[in-house]
Amino acid sequence: MSHATAEKAATAEPEPAAPKKKALSEGKKAERRLGWLLCAPAALTMVAVTGWPILYSLLLSMQKFDLKFPDRTEWVWFDNYVAVLSSPYWWNAVWVTVVLTVVTVAVELVLGMSLALIMHRALVGRGIVRTTTLIPYGIVTVVAAFSWRFAWTPGTGYLAEALGGDPVLTEKIPALMVVGLAEIWKTTPFMALLLMAGLALVPDDLLKAAAMDGASGWQRFIRITVPIMKPAILVALLFRTLDAFRIFDNLFVLTAGSQGTSSVSMLTYNNLIKGLNLGIGSTMSVLIFIMVAIIAFVFIKLFGTAAPGSDDGGKR
Amino acid sequence: MGAKRRYRLAAGVGVALLAASTVTACGSSDDGITVNVYKYPQENFQAVVDNCNAKAAGRYKIVYNKLPREADGQREQMVRRFAAEDDSMDVLGLDVTWTAELAEAGWLKEFTGSVKSQVESGTLQTPLETATYENKLYAAPDNTNVQLLWYRSDLVPTPPKTWDEMISMAEALVAQGKPGQIVGQGKQYEGLVVLYNTLVNSNGGTIIDESGTKAVVDDKAVEALAALKKLATSKAIDPSFSNAAEDNARLAMENGNAAFQLNWPYVYAAAQKKPDFAKNFKWAPYPALGGDTSKVTVGGINFAVSAYTRHPDQSFDAVLCLRSAENQKLAALKDGVPPTIESVYDEPEMAEAYPMRDTIKDTLKNASVRPLTPAYQNASTVIATVLSPPASIDPKATGDRLREELQDALDSKGVLP
Repeated sequence: MSHATAEKAATAEPEPAAPKKKALSEGKKAERRLGWLLCAPAALTMVAVTGWPILYSLLLSMQKFDLKFPDRTEWVWFDNYVAVLSSPYWWNAVWVTVVLTVVTVAVELVLGMSLALIMHRALVGRGIVRTTTLIPYGIVTVVAAFSWRFAWTPGTGYLAEALGGDPVLTEKIPALMVVGLAEIWKTTPFMALLLMAGLALVPDDLLKAAAMDGASGWQRFIRITVPIMKPAILVALLFRTLDAFRIFDNLFVLTAGSQGTSSVSMLTYNNLIKGLNLGIGSTMSVLIFIMVAIIAFVFIKLFGTAAPGSDDGGKR
Repeated sequence: MGAKRRYRLAAGVGVALLAASTVTACGSSDDGITVNVYKYPQENFQAVVDNCNAKAAGRYKIVYNKLPREADGQREQMVRRFAAEDDSMDVLGLDVTWTAELAEAGWLKEFTGSVKSQVESGTLQTPLETATYENKLYAAPDNTNVQLLWYRSDLVPTPPKTWDEMISMAEALVAQGKPGQIVGQGKQYEGLVVLYNTLVNSNGGTIIDESGTKAVVDDKAVEALAALKKLATSKAIDPSFSNAAEDNARLAMENGNAAFQLNWPYVYAAAQKKPDFAKNFKWAPYPALGGDTSKVTVGGINFAVSAYTRHPDQSFDAVLCLRSAENQKLAALKDGVPPTIESVYDEPEMAEAYPMRDTIKDTLKNASVRPLTPAYQNASTVIATVLSPPASIDPKATGDRLREELQDALDSKGVLP
């Protein structure tokens, strides 16, 4: 074993240390090479379409690069990061995004779970119940957001008129509440769908046995249903958290980020597309990328969320 | 048989490709030259285009491509195409505030020689200034716009001449329990920037220096902040002022709460639909601040030629036609947009559509432009954000913050809100 390792180090063979790989026959090796060759175009395409933009935005984020001033482009290294991280607008956007994410995902989890339980247990009209709950998720977000905007506009909207005709979308806190409401309305069905799949994992026998032992409905839910569903719940939470963190379309239509309601994505759009400032805008996208990566890391490593399709029961 | 079919298929594909490439190469179906005009949706602009196509007599064909309705959407679409060096855009309808930005980026062709002199002759000075950057002409003014003071003659026998006079007259009316509110644009957007720019220029102040690179915000500009605050905290201000755009202001006045309205001339045509209201709906020059007359911010649209066009000569020719006196008159009568060629105002038909034309023309002669800087979009966003809501302005502190954040925006250093 130690001899084999030494030999490997000496010849700098790229093969990993596991000795069983040595046992590959010539045919197997050729097969593997062919496999790599067949995969290569797809892998290269993936790198080109996902890797290059990421690398490019990293490069842009270290430059002063404004489309309006093509002659003034220069390398500034981390100046853009200093500018963004010391900007009150950026931190306001971060807080808006975090609060929106936490609140909407929490509400969605509770509502989605209730909906999932109802759909799971529905005896009459199961198909109808499931279909109707999914309608909001089926509507294009921008279209839904427009109908929310009209509903909340005094004069044309029934919701605004019902609540006294105040222009709620023009003040920060009320506007954010409307945005949150629109998000919850829109994505609760998605949450319910994922949770319903988890509910199907819970064996009826187990619940019946617990009922025989005298466990109340709430006890059965907390002690049996939730633990068995845990992987499904965590996946649903991960998906929704990442989605909610990147909120853009609802905000774009409802407030366009005025009155301090910008999310990080909205602010990035304003700087990148509207302001043509590729340097600052790319810096923001890189920061968003890092934040999204942190969220995913926390969910997967600390909460043990399983990637969909892995079969190790929620642990990695 | 099989081989024959394959051959036929290949030939078919080849012919199709060839046809497609010829079509794109000429950009036209009848082997002529197409000049693509990109402009916001204007109701009767197609009639102008048809006129010019008839005049071009087959030398080229103008195609009207509609941009989004909102100014931001128009700018974003054009800028994205410019950044990609799209050569299918020829003539562009630009908001007056974009000239400097697009010219600095190298996306516009300069107007020179006889084209330049034809654009300049007879055109009002202020609109022409909006088309000029660093002493070069980059666009041809198509239509222009200035705000006036609109008032109700049944409540206000003689219109106020100054800002303070307007506020005290309005407050007196409100104190008597009459509809004396002042309505205007106080929302966090370009409309607020226009209002502030008018006040600053009328007061002889400066926001950004002439080179467009340095934020000034001098004492006179700080006084203008105080004037804006005075309006926003007056007893006579429309309660939803800080959320109001042009149309909110118009509706508030038509609904009978207001005696004064600071707005563009389109409100006149809209008011004619309500005869009871229209008979007392009168106009006056914008109230002055500091001097005798107000220097109102000019709006409007200029035509520019893309730097990437493949048909520059035809494009310049098309611009001259699209903005000719005849076509400006057509647009003014049918779409209500004020012309930029002075003689058009004196046409007899204008009296009917534009009874306030003399006031508009006088205002235009003394009008001001918004800061000419490539970073205008950023500057505008910063001004609107810092000034909003206008009631919470603290002239000195707000002025300092404005100067600081504007400078960052001009250096493309800071973060845009």
